[in-house]
Amino acid sequence: MNSTTRNSIIYVIFILAVSLAGYYINNFYYLQVLTFIGINTLLALGLNMLMGYAGQISLGHAAFYGIGAYGTAILTVHCHLSPWLALPGAIIAAMLVAYIVGIPTLKLSGYYLGMGTLGFGMIVNIIFREWSSMTGGASGFIGIPPLELGPVSFSSAKNYFYLVWGFVLISIIICRRIVDSRVGRALRAIHDSEKTSAAIGVDTSKLKLQVFVLSAGFSALAGFLYAHLILFISPGTFSFITSIRMVTMVVIGGMASIWGALLGASLLTLLPEWLHAFSEFEMVVYGLILMTVMIFLPKGLTKGILDIIERMVKKHDQ
Amino acid sequence: MTNNHSLLEIKSVYKAFGGVEALSDISFSLKTGSITGLIGPNGAGKTTLFNLISGIFPTDKGDILFNGASIKNTKVHKLVERGIARTFQNVELFESMTVLENILVGQHTQTRCGIWGSITRLPWVSVEEKKARQRAMELLDFVGLREHSSKTSSDLPFGWQRLLELARAMAAQPKLLLLDEPAAGLNIMETLQLGELIKKIRERGVAVLLVEHDMSLTMEISDWIVVLDQGRKIAEGTPRSVQDDEAVLKAYLGTASKKVKAESRINRKNYK
Amino acid sequence: MQEILQYLFSGITNGAIYAVIAIGFSMLYSSTELINFAHGEFVMLGALGMVTLVGTFHLPLIFSIIIVVVCVACAGLVFERLAIRTVRHPEPIVLIIITVGASIFLKGLSMIIWGKDAYTIPAFSSHPPIDISGAKLLSQSIWIIAIFLFATLGLHFFYKKTLTGKAMKANAISKRAAWIVGIPSKLMVMMAFGLSTAMGALAGVIIAPITMCSYDMGTMLGLKGFCAAMLGGLGSLWGALIGGFLLGILEAFGVGFVSSGLKDATAFLLLLLILFVRPGGIISSVDVKRF
Repeated sequence: MNSTTRNSIIYVIFILAVSLAGYYINNFYYLQVLTFIGINTLLALGLNMLMGYAGQISLGHAAFYGIGAYGTAILTVHCHLSPWLALPGAIIAAMLVAYIVGIPTLKLSGYYLGMGTLGFGMIVNIIFREWSSMTGGASGFIGIPPLELGPVSFSSAKNYFYLVWGFVLISIIICRRIVDSRVGRALRAIHDSEKTSAAIGVDTSKLKLQVFVLSAGFSALAGFLYAHLILFISPGTFSFITSIRMVTMVVIGGMASIWGALLGASLLTLLPEWLHAFSEFEMVVYGLILMTVMIFLPKGLTKGILDIIERMVKKHDQ
Repeated sequence: MTNNHSLLEIKSVYKAFGGVEALSDISFSLKTGSITGLIGPNGAGKTTLFNLISGIFPTDKGDILFNGASIKNTKVHKLVERGIARTFQNVELFESMTVLENILVGQHTQTRCGIWGSITRLPWVSVEEKKARQRAMELLDFVGLREHSSKTSSDLPFGWQRLLELARAMAAQPKLLLLDEPAAGLNIMETLQLGELIKKIRERGVAVLLVEHDMSLTMEISDWIVVLDQGRKIAEGTPRSVQDDEAVLKAYLGTASKKVKAESRINRKNYK
Repeated sequence: MQEILQYLFSGITNGAIYAVIAIGFSMLYSSTELINFAHGEFVMLGALGMVTLVGTFHLPLIFSIIIVVVCVACAGLVFERLAIRTVRHPEPIVLIIITVGASIFLKGLSMIIWGKDAYTIPAFSSHPPIDISGAKLLSQSIWIIAIFLFATLGLHFFYKKTLTGKAMKANAISKRAAWIVGIPSKLMVMMAFGLSTAMGALAGVIIAPITMCSYDMGTMLGLKGFCAAMLGGLGSLWGALIGGFLLGILEAFGVGFVSSGLKDATAFLLLLLILFVRPGGIISSVDVKRF
């Protein structure tokens, strides 16, 4: 079967899985957790395009998550816009910022790029904290309206669950299509060797910037969905730690793998929940897990586990 | 447009790195559909000249004209669009990608689908992708790697990696192909096959500028030879005339001797 | 005038602290090309260590300082051995996540040991603040600057005059060349880690009396120290110095003349500025290695 058919089958399975989960699960807590996994998947997908495929490090991506959230908060509450209009507004705002910041920042590479994005992320977080008149400052922004579309209200956990996962499916399709195209190949070429890809005709600066802007868009979408779910946002949600969590999702799930993004998002959403049992030891265990996975499976869990399986199969054949 | 048929003109090019002169007053030109060999002892500046022509460094003095237009201030990827493609001394393939994918990326300048196109998958995109794959398979046929199209490029034996890199460069449909020591690391059979391949490239109307240490290959296939030594051009001419040139022999061997001249004449006889 | 002087004092004090932290970063980077995101936590360990030894157990000052610095340095060595040396494919992104993981781990550990409360210890000497033209100079500030000078000169001497120091420098410049002349590279890297974390601990030690120490104090300090190191030029001792003091002073004046909310922003704005304009830092005269 060719790849289009295979992809279509996967999407159908995905829709079935989501529908079944939505149908049978009625526990509010479980639905909420699954919804968060969805939002985090959007964050991981966008960053995965930038880090996994284009090979660029960003340690400040929570900034775009926050611009999406604060963007819709400001547009819906201060400007009285309908959330559905605020959605493209917030996404475009994030993409614009990404464009402006990306031009000088993407000229850097390696650690320096990481540092530049880190600095940018910190500054945006400080702006959220200090620009109280617009953002509500450190105490946060309240009163974000819930979503509704005609007769359908998305205040219920179940409806929001479907909404978020609907967006996740669309995003996965978008990412899949980009990866399987001329653009995706050029990105992977840049990841393998930026110098060589330029030598065969790839406009690396333009492409890196485009992916950076695209990834900002996905993060902003996640921010929008987060804001209209919790109806309250504060600067603490869009901090350095959040940026690191995003990076961790991508790296642990497996870079350059769309399903790796889903895996990483799932694990890193569920992990703190599971670790609540450890109460005080939560941070200790979290840190240990990060270190251990990175030391032993640096390519991430998806590729790492596949490698292990491959090696076991080879051994079995011998 | 230009008044003569020179595809590439090197005009009094000078390049120094931190005070060390790499190239000084280099001038020559080459025509469409020709094979030009660039030879010279190690350190003569051949790879530097390649890097200047492919746009990796700018010249300090002098100019390089491609199709009559200067390549000054043109970015590397833009030069590929204009028609200059190259291979590298140490094969630089995209190791995580398959053989076919390497060729497909090579066609980057010949295709248009961008982010929007890939997301919307309009009909023209699918058509373009299909054509690109067809062309890629043709190129793999050309170098004889068709059956290996889905192998990861880093899994290929070295000789085939060189062929793949050649096919990838051809994928950009260049007017000028720069080959940086394409025979390095190849055995005699592979070198002969490479020679035939380069001649076929010339038949397709692509000009080739070749840097090579394998003298037999270079002399055999080149229409014209340019000799560099320590950053200067010391000779230029047909393979025959260059082989007997005093300055060339001196550069390579230290002294020109009648014995060496006689030997080179015998070698030439065995080839043609 | 009095205001400016006050800002200057505060800026120099903080600057010295940033400089010590920055030196730790730079030193490690120059020896190993690694940026340790957990560096700030070693600072925190130094500070909280002092809180326990001096505040809780009332041990003598000098004794405590030495114990804390040595213990944290050992922790650095253990970290290197377990988390860094075992990495098989040391790419920047992998190392970043490992050191971030370590940072979270150490924070968690501290939270268990010291809880979420904030502590402080009395200044090293109970001298009242010195009045200079109306501006007050804390006695601790003098201690900070003194210890900073002592540490810097000590390091300078170590690198220039002792064989070990020169060996470390050689290893940083070219591992291969150093290996050829018989310098044990693994040992050098271990020492670099030990020295770097020791500097971090020292920063924590001198900052303990003038700040509220808690398990999460390390993150911001580490980041700012890093900005200082970048500002001056990553990998250079003098760069760390210049960067630290420049950051401290600009921060103090920023808070004084513009707004206190901007205090943290100063460091990152300067970071972005230096990255875009001159990534090699202030002292760089050579073309930058943007690796």
